[in-house]
Amino acid sequence: MVNELGFAPWDDPGAAPLIRIERVSKRFGDFAAIDDLTLDIYPREFFALLGPSGCGKTTLMRMLAGFEAPSAGGLVIDGQDMAGVAPNKRAVNMMFQSYALFPHLSVWDNIAFGLKRDRMAKPAIADRVDEMLKLVQLDGFARRKPHQISGGQRQRVALARSLAKAPKLLLLDEPLGALDKKLREETQFELMEIQEQTGTTFVIVTHDQEEAMTVASRVAVMEAGRLVQVDTPDRIYEQPNSVYVADFIGDVNLIEGRVGALGDTVRLDWAEGRSLTGQAGGALTPGAAATLVIRPEKIAIARDEPTEANRVRGKILDIGYLGNLSTYHVALPEGPVVKCSVTNRSRLSRRDFTWDDEVWVSWSDTAGLVLGA
Amino acid sequence: MLRVFTAIPYAWLFVLFLVPFGIVLKISVSDYAVSIPPYTPTFDLAAGWDGVVAFVAALDFENFVFLTEDDLYWKAYLSSVQIAAVSTGLALVAGFPIAYAMSRASDVWRPALMMLVILPFWTSFLIRVYAWIGILANEGFLNQFLIWSGVISEPLQLLNTPVAVYIGIVYTYLPFMILPVYASLDRMDPALLEAAEDLGCSRLSAFWHVTWPLARPGVVAGSFLVFIPAVGEFVIPSLLGGSGTLMIGKVLWEEFFSNRDWPVASAVAIILLLILIVPIVLFQRHQARERAA
Ligand SMILES: Nc1ncnc2c1ncn2[C@@H]1O[C@H](COP(=O)(O)OP(=O)(O)OP(=O)(O)O)[C@@H](O)[C@H]1O
Ligand SMILES: [Mg+2]
Repeated sequence: MVNELGFAPWDDPGAAPLIRIERVSKRFGDFAAIDDLTLDIYPREFFALLGPSGCGKTTLMRMLAGFEAPSAGGLVIDGQDMAGVAPNKRAVNMMFQSYALFPHLSVWDNIAFGLKRDRMAKPAIADRVDEMLKLVQLDGFARRKPHQISGGQRQRVALARSLAKAPKLLLLDEPLGALDKKLREETQFELMEIQEQTGTTFVIVTHDQEEAMTVASRVAVMEAGRLVQVDTPDRIYEQPNSVYVADFIGDVNLIEGRVGALGDTVRLDWAEGRSLTGQAGGALTPGAAATLVIRPEKIAIARDEPTEANRVRGKILDIGYLGNLSTYHVALPEGPVVKCSVTNRSRLSRRDFTWDDEVWVSWSDTAGLVLGA
Repeated sequence: MLRVFTAIPYAWLFVLFLVPFGIVLKISVSDYAVSIPPYTPTFDLAAGWDGVVAFVAALDFENFVFLTEDDLYWKAYLSSVQIAAVSTGLALVAGFPIAYAMSRASDVWRPALMMLVILPFWTSFLIRVYAWIGILANEGFLNQFLIWSGVISEPLQLLNTPVAVYIGIVYTYLPFMILPVYASLDRMDPALLEAAEDLGCSRLSAFWHVTWPLARPGVVAGSFLVFIPAVGEFVIPSLLGGSGTLMIGKVLWEEFFSNRDWPVASAVAIILLLILIVPIVLFQRHQARERAA
């Protein structure tokens, strides 16, 4: 998060994690939904789980909440081993993807539900519920039933309900999936604000990598029950440790070739007598297959030959107009198509390039990353 | 065109409920007579206006007064309501777990279970009640089994006791309890129980705070569906209950067919209807509220 640049307990060997997931596996029959996964999450983190459908995100959350028991491995939350601890005995609350609001209870009673179970005094419950209603800006809706409010409001009730007990850990399973883009963005910032106000540790599951980048202090990218990379959003984006992560997060050009000379930068021989340079992303051996990963926004497009380290000539195959950006798809004679996105500084009618133009695309020798295949 | 369609249910109600009700009401204020039909006065258009006046003048409420004088009737009403209420409670106790298990069953099993609940309707109600005689009689299957297994040495007297009536009513009306309860449990999102547990409920308190309130509309509907027909039940008490079980349906039948006192029988029927109107109206109100929610 931009305003918490100094916040990096994962780099501090002395910091005690709130959640320790140690070599946890979860098998359904002989299918491993979670496969030998180890992860530490620290207090006050906003931790995002990202990955394709079916990679085990929900399963991991359900194990943290106590709805599923790990088939192997250990789970420690706040120093306490969670083996055999029922969901109602954990200082963990979950906001369900379907919201799971109690249809027979009013908004007020939904939020009060967990507090009543704790046998809190009535006035204390009332204060807490009102505080929560204010937090999610639903003061006027306390008496309504869940079916009498909008989808976005329901989602905020679910959030308020899961926050009401001031859990040490809040699990959010695709909390914003049902919202439209604008409401989604507003709510993302609301979530971040709430997280800062309350100091709760959040673990959020999302399909939307932009959302993960916006809200998270760290992002974990999962594939088939395993963690592929756990890092800060900027490092996930700029320093992906594998082609899988690079391809999963954002738009990317992948140029395959073989590792040439290794030095400050790496040379990648990618076509007959042609090479590109980039930074090494991990250990590489000369001659091995590798991929140059370069983001479209780091590529410049020009009519005259530029002077940058990497430059290739091609023909514009397609232009995608996104309003603020235009994406040029440039077909190289060697085969690959390079995507290059450019901010639209001038109006559409005054665009410099058009279909079938011969152009140069170029990028610096540190803009791309060479990753072992 | 639309008006024609909305008229159909009203026509239906008129022909099949209000007209017969009018006839029964008329008979209930007539007098017993040894004739065909067995009551006076009968309506005679030939006598003109004077005939109408004489006809109306001959009507009175003495049959209703009679019902209050013989304590057989109010005892029969009371015991019917009691038996119906207890049976409804028993049907709930037996039906709720079945409905609950059905709603929890995997999708593979559910249609089969549903089928099993409805299956009894495929045989005549009468035959099924007769079958219970075979089961409950002194030398019936149940007693034979209990003696064979050594639980008892002498056969239990079950047939012709209130126990048999309860068994018969609960057995007959159980599907009417199970189906609405199942419908409301089936609508429930299983994530609600997880949410309740997540917020600090034990399994039991999650049931009490979430499952039960959400099943309540089904429980209420099912209870009415069992209670209302059970109050007027005739076949079950007369076949299984013997002379020891007093139920108004049986009294009605005896007035009608044994005594051939149609006016008193009609009065009994009218009072029964009045007694049932209260739960029926409550039921309708409940259904309307459910639909609005
Ligand atoms: N109860 C279960 N029985 C059998 N398999 C299961 C069960 N729950 C989950 N799985 C399987 O485990 C894998 C991971 O499921 P999970 O719900 O964790 O995925 P996910 O990452 O949350 O996906 P999505 O993004 O679609 O929600 C899936 O292949 C799923 O089919
Ligand atoms: Mg999921």
